[in-house]
Amino acid sequence: MADTTHLEAHATGHDSAASHDHHTPTGWRRYVYSTNHKDIGVMYLWFAVIAGIVGGLLSGFMRMELQEPGIQIFHGLAAMVYGINGDAAVDAGKHMYNVFTTAHALIMIFFMVMPATVGGFGNYFAPLMIGAPDTAFPRINNIAFWLLPPAFILLLMSFFFAGPDGANMNGTGGGWTIYPPLSTTGQPGPAMDFAILALHVAGISSILGAINLITTIFNMRAPGMTIHKMPLFVWSILVTAFLLLLALPVLAGGITMLLTDRNFGTAFFKSDQGGDPVLFQHLFWFFGHPEVYIMILPGFGIVSHIISTFSRKPVFGYLAMAYAMVAIGFVGFVVWAHHMYTTGLSLDVQRYFVAATMVIAVPTGVKIFSWIATMWGGSITFKTPMLWAIGFIFLFTVGGVTGVVLANAGADRVLHDTYYVVAHFHYVLSLGAVFSIFAGWYYWFPKMFGYMYKETLGKIHFWSMFIGVNLVFFPQHFLGLAGMPRRYIDYPDAFGMWNRVSSIGYYITFLSMLVFFYATWEAFRAKRPAGDSPWGDGATTLEWTLSSPPPFHQFSTLPKIDSTNVH
Amino acid sequence: MAVYRGFSVTGQFNRRLGAVAAAALSFLPAVAWAQEAVPESGSQPLPGEYSLQRSVTPIMDSIVAFHNGILLWTCGLIVGLVLVLIIIVAVRFNAKANPVPSKTTHNTLVEILWTVLPIIVLIVIAIPSFGVLSDQLTTPDGQRKYLGSNIFSFGDVAVPAPELTVKATGNQWYWDYEYVDQAKSFSSNILGETDPNGQGVDRPTLKPGQPRLLAVDNELVVPVNTTVRVQVTADPGGVIHAFAVPAFGIKIDAVPGRLNETWFNARETGIFYGQCSELCGKDHAFMPIAVRVVTKEEFTAFMASFESSGDYATANATLAAVK
Repeated sequence: MADTTHLEAHATGHDSAASHDHHTPTGWRRYVYSTNHKDIGVMYLWFAVIAGIVGGLLSGFMRMELQEPGIQIFHGLAAMVYGINGDAAVDAGKHMYNVFTTAHALIMIFFMVMPATVGGFGNYFAPLMIGAPDTAFPRINNIAFWLLPPAFILLLMSFFFAGPDGANMNGTGGGWTIYPPLSTTGQPGPAMDFAILALHVAGISSILGAINLITTIFNMRAPGMTIHKMPLFVWSILVTAFLLLLALPVLAGGITMLLTDRNFGTAFFKSDQGGDPVLFQHLFWFFGHPEVYIMILPGFGIVSHIISTFSRKPVFGYLAMAYAMVAIGFVGFVVWAHHMYTTGLSLDVQRYFVAATMVIAVPTGVKIFSWIATMWGGSITFKTPMLWAIGFIFLFTVGGVTGVVLANAGADRVLHDTYYVVAHFHYVLSLGAVFSIFAGWYYWFPKMFGYMYKETLGKIHFWSMFIGVNLVFFPQHFLGLAGMPRRYIDYPDAFGMWNRVSSIGYYITFLSMLVFFYATWEAFRAKRPAGDSPWGDGATTLEWTLSSPPPFHQFSTLPKIDSTNVH
Repeated sequence: MAVYRGFSVTGQFNRRLGAVAAAALSFLPAVAWAQEAVPESGSQPLPGEYSLQRSVTPIMDSIVAFHNGILLWTCGLIVGLVLVLIIIVAVRFNAKANPVPSKTTHNTLVEILWTVLPIIVLIVIAIPSFGVLSDQLTTPDGQRKYLGSNIFSFGDVAVPAPELTVKATGNQWYWDYEYVDQAKSFSSNILGETDPNGQGVDRPTLKPGQPRLLAVDNELVVPVNTTVRVQVTADPGGVIHAFAVPAFGIKIDAVPGRLNETWFNARETGIFYGQCSELCGKDHAFMPIAVRVVTKEEFTAFMASFESSGDYATANATLAAVK
C-alpha cells in the first residue's frame, strides 16, 4: 500500500499547483460558497472554537457564582444589565443563572462538540481516510455548515427576549432538556421560541451532514477499501451519522409539538387538557440518549488512531472495536428512560431500563481494554496527541463507572438530579469528548494547517487542563452524594468547601485554555513546516500519504488499497 | 436495623476513606468548616461531606449498603485497574524500554475474558440492584420483608403497612402538604435571611442554628417508626418539581396532572431536610423540604390540635421546641 499511496501523494501534490485550472475560488467566496470538504471541515472547527469560548465563559460565571454560598455575582450582573437593584436584581439574577446553565449546555452540545467532532474532523478526515476526492453531496455540505451560524445567532438572540412572565426576565431558563410545562406555560415569552428554532435549524444542519457522510462512506471508498478495512474513525463517523439521522427527527418532532403547544393552542404536553408533560421527556430522551453517543463516538475513533500511531502498532481487535461502536449505537436507542427514573415509571419499566443500560458497559469495556491492549507491546512515544488520548481513556473510564452507578435505578434514587450526575456527564463529555477533540486537534493540526505547534506548549496545555478539569468535576461527585441538587444558584453552606475547590479548578482550566490559544497562535506565527507524515511509520491511514495541508482536491487518481493493514 | 452481615467491609472501607479524606482535607484552607457543630438529630448535608447522607429508613439503608458496599468498590477497582494498566504500559512499553513494537492484534482468549468478566460483574451488581429497586417501589403491606442494609438477603426487615398518608404538592416556589385522611393542609415556605443578598425579607427569618436554604416555616410533621405514604403532585397550572429527602432515600417528581407515590418509615426523630430536585424556575433552589419526625405521642397530640383548631401554628405549638 505504502508505495502506491506515496506515488499518489506526489501526483496529487501537482494538482494543488495546478489548482487555478480547476477554478479554485479565492477570498470570501472560497468559504461562503465552499463545496470543499476540507475547507468546510476547517470552518466547522473554527466555529466550534468560537462557540466553545462563549460556552466556556458562561460556565465561568456559574463557577464564580457557586464559589461561595449565597448569591455572589448574578444579582450584580442583573443590576448591570437591567439597571435595577435590591430584590428585583436578585430575582432577575436567579433567572439569569438558569439562562446561563441552559445556554452553556446547548452551546457546548450543539455548537461546540458536534461541530468539532462530526462537522470538523468528520468532514475533513472521513473522506481522506477512505480515499475519496470529496464528500458525496458537496453543496449539502455547504448548507449544512452555513445553517449553523444562524442557529447559533438564534440561540444568542434568545438572551435578549422575554422568557418567564415578569419584568427583567430575559432569556430561556428551562435547562437544555426544555421540559414542559416550564418550557411552555412556565416561560411564555419569545425567548423559548428562539431557542426551539435554534435547535430546529441546528438539527436540520446535522441531519443534512449525516446524510452526506453516510452516502460518502457507503459509496466513495477507494477501490479495495472494504467496509471491514475502513479506518475506525470512519466507522465511528458512520455510526454517529446513523444516530444523528435517527435521533434528531424525534427531537424535531418533540420541539415542534412544544412550539405548537406554546403558540397554536395544541395540548400535547398540557395535563389539564389531556396531554402529558412526561411524554415530552420520553421524546426528548429518545433523542437525548443517542445524542450523548453522538458526542462521544467520534472521539472513540480519534483515540483509536492516536493510540495506534504512537504505539507504532495496529489497533488491537479491529473488528471488535468497530462492532462495539455499532453495539453502543444500537443499544443507545433503547435505554432512554434511565434519565427518567424519578418521573413515576412503574417497577417493571425501571427494571428493564436498568438492565438495558448496564449492557452498554460491556462494549464500552471492550473498547477501553482494546485501547490498552493496543498500547501493550507497543513502542510508545508520549507526544501531545498521545497524552490527550491516554487522558481520555482514563477520564472516560471514571465517567463510565459512575454511569454504571447511575444506571441502577435503586442508587439513582438519591443521585438523580444531583451534582453526581453533573460530575458523571462532565467526565464523559467535558473530559471525555473534549479531550478527544484536543487529541484530534493536536494529532491532525500539522496535517490540516501544515505547521507544527510547539510540543512543550501542547504538553503544558494537557497537564494544566488535566489537573484543572479534575479539580472542577471530581469534588462534584462528593456534592452529589451528599445531596446537592443540580441547577442551583445557591446551596446550603455545608456544600461550600467542595464548591470552592471546583471553582478553583475552573480558574486553572481557564488558564489552560489561554495556553491552548497561545499554542495555536504561536504555531501559525512560527510556520514550522510539519512535513507529510510527522508522526512516523505508526500513522498508516491515507491522510498521511498526502501533503500537509492536503491539496485542494485530492485523490484525482484513486488510491488502491491492497494491504490488510490500512486501519 | 439490620446489621451489615454480608458487608462488614463497608464500615471499614468508610473509615479508611474517611482517614484518607481527612488527611487530604487538612491541606485545605476550608478545613475549619468541618469543625462546625453537627446537629444532634435529624439529617442535612454536613460540611465537606463526601458520601451519602446518614440513613434513617430501611430504604436508605439498602441504598447506602448497595452504593458503599458494591458500587463504590466496583468503580474504584475498575478505575484502579485501568490506571495500573496505563502505568504498566507507560513504563514497560515506552519507546526507550521497548524500541521494537510487537505486531499482535488479536488474542481470542483475552478478548473473550474482557467481554465475559464485565458481564459477570454486572450480574453481581444487578442482583442487589433489582432488590433495592423493588423495595423502593413496593409500598409495604405489612407482610413483605425489606432488604434493609443486608442487600444480598431475601429480606428480613419488617415494615408495617402505611398508617398515614400525606400529599405533597409542588408550587412555584413552595410546597403544600395535606394530611389526606384528616383533610388538613398547610403551606411550607423557605425561611428568609437577614443577609442583604438574601431573599424574601417579608418572610419569617432563620433562627440561630437553623440551616440556611433548608429550614422552612412549617415542617411536615410525621410520627416515628410509622410507614408514611407520600403522594406527590404539582400545581395543575404549574411546572414539574421533585420531592426528595436524602436521608429517607426517596425522590419522586411532582408532575402536574399526575399523582406519584412513594413511602418512608423513619426510625429516628428529628428534622430531615431535602430540596426540590427538578428545575422549576428562578426559585428552584429556594423551596426546601423539611420533614419533622416526632414521637407517636407527640404526633397524636399534634394531629388532635390540628384537627380541632384547623391551624398549623396552633398544632405545632403542642410539639416540644427544637433548637
